[in-house]
Amino acid sequence: MHAHTTGDWRVLTVVGELDVVGAPELRQHVLREVAGGHHHLVLDLTGVAYIDSFGLGVVIGALKRVRLLDGDLRLVVPEARVRRVFEICELDRVFTLHRELDQAMLVS
Amino acid sequence: MSAELTSDDLVESTPGRLSFEIPARTDFVSFARVVIASAAELRPDIAPERIEDLKLAVSEAVTNAINAHSRAGRGDRIRLECHLAEDEITVVIQDHGGGFSTGDVPSLPEPDHPDRLLHESGLGLHLMSMLTDESEVSSDDDGTDVKLVVYSSRRRRRG
Repeated sequence: MHAHTTGDWRVLTVVGELDVVGAPELRQHVLREVAGGHHHLVLDLTGVAYIDSFGLGVVIGALKRVRLLDGDLRLVVPEARVRRVFEICELDRVFTLHRELDQAMLVS
Repeated sequence: MSAELTSDDLVESTPGRLSFEIPARTDFVSFARVVIASAAELRPDIAPERIEDLKLAVSEAVTNAINAHSRAGRGDRIRLECHLAEDEITVVIQDHGGGFSTGDVPSLPEPDHPDRLLHESGLGLHLMSMLTDESEVSSDDDGTDVKLVVYSSRRRRRG
């Protein structure tokens, strides 16, 4: 997992499996970024092939944290399997699931 | 991890049936879902995407079982049984945690309701139900049994 800044956005590139083992690392990473003053985050999940309800919970928690600080969180989710898990849980009504990083940062 | 699994953990393996136990620890969730998926792949009439669905459903059930053991302070093992029938795959996950009442599971607000963000958990049972053709949870003070069934492509076509 690594982070870089593009314009107003802090982009976290996430790789691996977002389950009960992998997702806590993302949560810690988000907490560090928010504590560091980054309230406009993009989670780039292009490198994530697997997500379960634990991973979804961490993503929901990240959105909640930045919104409390008047920030925002965007998602890049090109992988069909991962998109499907968001959709089954109707979280595509909470997040827009962008396919490209550029697209996620452009949409107002 | 391998040193913590012994031949005793492979309780039973006969044609069409596999049973094994794992320690109630999160680092064994991935192991459990991979073993079940490998067994499911022996059934050629199960579509690959349905095997992926089953993997995720099993993962949810095993994660819940580990959490139940953790809450109950129990270190016992979690048992998984996989039965490959002609037209379906059945997986049973048994834990010895404290059990729960399905009535105690809070219902989630609609996704676009502001309170939805207050709920970072509670999606596991929903996912298990949506990803399988049958799912059944039975729970008492001794623990919880989760039964997950995925049908073959032929049976799904029959409706």
